[in-house]
Amino acid sequence: MTIAEIEKPNERGLQQVAANERLTFFGLTLPYLLMVTALIVIPVGWLFYLSFIGRDGSLSFENYERMMKSKAYIRIFLTTFKISILTTIICAAIGYPLAYFMSQLSRKWANICMIGVLIPFWTSLLVRTYAWLVLLQKKGLLNNMAIEMGLISEPIKIVHNTTGTLIGMVHIMLPFLILPLYANMRAIDKDTLKAASSLGATPTRAFWTVFFPLSLPGLLAGLLIVFVLCLGFYVTPAILGGGRVIMAAMKISSNIELYFSWGAASALGVVLLVVTGIILFIASKLVSMDQLGNR
Amino acid sequence: MKINILKSAIGCLTATGFLFSATASYAEDTLRIVSWGGAYQKGQSLGIFQPAAKAMGITVKEDTYGGISDVKLMVKSGADKFDIFSSGAGSCASGAAEGVLEKLDYSIIDVSNHLPGMYSDYCAGADIFSVVAAYNTDTYGEGKGPKTWADFYDVEKFPGTRAMRSKVDAQLETALLADGVPMDQVYKVLDSEEGIERALNKIRTIKPHIAVWWSSGAQHAQLMKDGEVDMTTGWNGRFDVAKEDGAKVAYDWQSGIMDWEGYGIPKGAKNKDLAMKYIAEMMKPEYMAEFAKYITYGPTNKKVYELGLMTDERAKMMPSHPDNAKHQLTLSTEWYSKWRTIAAEMYTEMMTE
Repeated sequence: MTIAEIEKPNERGLQQVAANERLTFFGLTLPYLLMVTALIVIPVGWLFYLSFIGRDGSLSFENYERMMKSKAYIRIFLTTFKISILTTIICAAIGYPLAYFMSQLSRKWANICMIGVLIPFWTSLLVRTYAWLVLLQKKGLLNNMAIEMGLISEPIKIVHNTTGTLIGMVHIMLPFLILPLYANMRAIDKDTLKAASSLGATPTRAFWTVFFPLSLPGLLAGLLIVFVLCLGFYVTPAILGGGRVIMAAMKISSNIELYFSWGAASALGVVLLVVTGIILFIASKLVSMDQLGNR
Repeated sequence: MKINILKSAIGCLTATGFLFSATASYAEDTLRIVSWGGAYQKGQSLGIFQPAAKAMGITVKEDTYGGISDVKLMVKSGADKFDIFSSGAGSCASGAAEGVLEKLDYSIIDVSNHLPGMYSDYCAGADIFSVVAAYNTDTYGEGKGPKTWADFYDVEKFPGTRAMRSKVDAQLETALLADGVPMDQVYKVLDSEEGIERALNKIRTIKPHIAVWWSSGAQHAQLMKDGEVDMTTGWNGRFDVAKEDGAKVAYDWQSGIMDWEGYGIPKGAKNKDLAMKYIAEMMKPEYMAEFAKYITYGPTNKKVYELGLMTDERAKMMPSHPDNAKHQLTLSTEWYSKWRTIAAEMYTEMMTE
């Protein structure tokens, strides 16, 4: 009997079991891997390939050259990121207190509040967008009411511009922030706050040093979902922006119509994907996800 | 291994595509036609599409579509969704230049009574419409609003918010006409990037007053109906329909830019021969007269007037009526097939400034 066999009597058997387990797990993830390949890797690769196809069907850089030449493209990307970042910030400013409030309620009342969040979430995006148009336009409900009440003398411009776009987008995006954040806050052990108080922390201090850091993973998940979804928005800025807010998705669609080629549109998609990737990479360096998880 | 996965994935996708196209069956006596929806297609459907189908004893299925790019994408991807489409002359010309349309057979389709220039090799003209400057009669008073494009661009004489199209089509012309370019010189001036820039600079002068850039006929009709803007560029028929609906809107023919719409056939349409016969049927004056009862878009076929198929009162509302047409610029499809892409990019650049 060797020393190894004495110290680890079932070494081989354990290794065999571990190997089997790995194989089982791999088998279980196989459908998912295939799905990701078929639905994400292949289409994105195809998009990438198409962006290098010119109007005459040959390989060329013309789709990227065009974007370098016209200042409109850079402005459209700037608008896209500006609107997405603003929407995300406003969503966080409104969503965080709301999710916090809901997490402090009893289950029953929290569920009632949750219905309030979910019903708009389940309503068609198009319906909500047009509803905002009716409410916000020059002779819309809001302006008419404010004039009748004597609050303003002239109708104010709150739609067909950035303001209107932001109102509509925040309304649509808010549930995407609240849902992960609320789930996260619910899971925070309330005893940790009690412990902080018993050690002499004021409620404000307990919130900022204990509760807030613990809620960060949920907040970041929500911010990420909202930001990424905003980048691809089409209908809401098209209707509420009144042509003055042009986002990348709208230019992608108009490029198909203008150039009759997928390539002209794909190049925009590729640039958007790459820039988003870079932004998320930098963001992940600034705020390390692992660190948050370990707190 | 990787290549095999790719191959089988592509194989699967092709197979599904094949199944779908196989199930999209069509009968010998069925045609599928697409148009723009709204008040326009309602008129086409009631006045032309269905009566003509009935006369020929065939079935015509209608749908809406997103314009000539849909035709192009359909032909290029080998899909088969419709046999005939309704399209503006300029878009049709650009589709023809891309080689995605069937040449029309004018030995079957009779255009001998068409107004000059109101048909092309790939597009049989069906109605004539105008882009006009419409204004709110509550703001300016009936007949006291902007009459010409010079008025539309004059923000001191006519203060108020404006709307223009988010696409370049028929917008640059308005700027040059406002800038004092004579009608017959407009397309000569536009025939260079400097000329286009001149038009864009004119639009820049009123840009702070442009509250909305509209993207559809339904939208600009709604903008006027809701009083969201005081004046807008747009299609005359949509405004007339809105007016009948109670909108406070009027326009003057002095601001008209005339254009025409027609029917084309996508390359490789399965029912091409029947589609050709059906277009021939739709060219008959009685259908055009019936269509014009629903929306004020004039007939391309002179016979409508000659046979007295339209009342004088209605005829005077048509963009193509001689009294109205004499004030108007006719849109040049040649200019659009040459410059549209460049002009569109420059226009977007101006919009995003």
